[in-house]
Amino acid sequence: MKTSRVASYFRIPKLSYRVWRVWRRDEDVFMKTYKVNFIPSIVEPILYLVGLGFGLGGFVRPQEGLPYIVFIAPALVAASMMYSSFFECTYASFVRMYYQKTFDAIIATPISLEEVIAGEILWGATKSLINSTIVLGVISLFGLFSSSFFLLIPPLSFLVGLLFSAIAMCFTAITPNIDSFNYPSFLFITPMFILSGTFFSITSLPVQAQIVANVFFPLTHAVALTRALTVGRLSATLLLNLSWFLITTPFFFILSINLMKKRLIK
Amino acid sequence: MEREIFIRAENLTKIFGDLVAVGNINFQVFKGECFGFLGPNGAGKTTTMKMVHCVLPLTAGTLTVAGMDVTKQAREIKKMIGVVPQEDNLDPDFTVFHNLMVYARYFDIPKAEAHKRAEELLRFVQLEERRKVLIDQLSSGMKRRLILARALINEPQILILDEPTIGLDPQGRHLIWDKIRSLQKQGVTTVLTTHYMEEAAQLCDRIVIMDYGKIIEEGRPGDLIKKHVGEEVLEVAYDEGVLKFIREAFPDARLDVVSDRIQVFTNQPRGVFDEILKKFDLKAAMIRDANLEDVFLKLTGRRLRE
Repeated sequence: MKTSRVASYFRIPKLSYRVWRVWRRDEDVFMKTYKVNFIPSIVEPILYLVGLGFGLGGFVRPQEGLPYIVFIAPALVAASMMYSSFFECTYASFVRMYYQKTFDAIIATPISLEEVIAGEILWGATKSLINSTIVLGVISLFGLFSSSFFLLIPPLSFLVGLLFSAIAMCFTAITPNIDSFNYPSFLFITPMFILSGTFFSITSLPVQAQIVANVFFPLTHAVALTRALTVGRLSATLLLNLSWFLITTPFFFILSINLMKKRLIK
Repeated sequence: MEREIFIRAENLTKIFGDLVAVGNINFQVFKGECFGFLGPNGAGKTTTMKMVHCVLPLTAGTLTVAGMDVTKQAREIKKMIGVVPQEDNLDPDFTVFHNLMVYARYFDIPKAEAHKRAEELLRFVQLEERRKVLIDQLSSGMKRRLILARALINEPQILILDEPTIGLDPQGRHLIWDKIRSLQKQGVTTVLTTHYMEEAAQLCDRIVIMDYGKIIEEGRPGDLIKKHVGEEVLEVAYDEGVLKFIREAFPDARLDVVSDRIQVFTNQPRGVFDEILKKFDLKAAMIRDANLEDVFLKLTGRRLRE
């Protein structure tokens, strides 16, 4: 009895090409307003680079053997993957689900709820790809990337975005209201932004905090991968970082769909 | 003439926690007819609709649409159904026209065909001039019309209308009724819920009245009126003497005292009240045709449900 309850959270969803119909809907909305959508992605990294990289960076000793601005540049790209996908599948998905009743409208067609949720998550991953690629482009203009492996970052950003979208969708499935997204935002996303080896090397943290950052913070692994690709420091530990995503993503993807079904199909 | 049963529910049940929303109901909808669900708020009408169009799983019983089991062939069934939900769930991120195009894509309708149908449907619901307008700039009547158009984009054989004219002014309501009638002429099977008795009387071939999750009456609107409230109703201003007099004059009539009026229902044929009115001068007396609202109130009572 007990095992079957747990199993009910991990039923493999039945998905078809119709997932892309949902993705296309979100993409259509995005393309209508793309000019406005691009502004934050362009302005924010420049502010951080100038303020922290050039400004603060003058006082900070090199981190992991890299000049400070070179150290933080890839972290800004990784953070944009996290923010764009997480917020897409929390606030934006919640608005579509709860206020706009968009999901209700779609499931009255041959598309299933499972496909709606999967489509939303794929769109969240796409937002990660779009936004982080813009950030990547902007930062590359500063000449901070010394390896052409940085061209592998866009496909990586889709994978990273997929995980953050799936985690976000789990929160969306259980949140009582839109204000409650403050909890994951301030207790999960913000700590990650600061403590995932983004603005200083993770080795400066106490050991316990290092363990937390490595075990529970996806951003730690995203930053490690992104940084390695921008400076061309390839090593076997990157495979560990990558496997972290390959293992957790299907877990949260499937969990989020089942949680959503429990929320919306009574 | 043997009529094809298009929707068949047997012992259909839906339980939410410990609330029996729909308890063991049976009904059949014939192909091409307009079938109405009436009932107070919370009677189980919308829950039943949602099971028919495969977005709510059943707790028990069987439900088939066009011979297909809703629990097994949801996708196939949804392809042939158009839904006008109670709540406006148009996509506010798109214009009127784009709403139809995006919805068509959910049904895998090729773009050129979708374009053609969207144009036709906008003409059908008289919204061609609003095609480029965003949803929140539409009046509630226009929104309902657009939802109707959206429900028709897949050329459905069954149309589910959950309170199609809720919140509309008389003009808007009549326009929707005209459209529904013209769809009926084209052979579309219609299943409708409504609070407006006039709507049910105007549109429905057959109705069921639901209360507390059960079907308590079923039949043609005219037959139900005759059966439960007769042909005519006499309404008189309340007065002890008049009440006594009516009791004597119509011993088998049913009397309803509603605030300051007496309503008199009888099974006797039309004209019976005329005699009385000629003989006696009753204060503020009025004879009117019995209607579905009388039936509804008789069967479900006057108590508020919410």
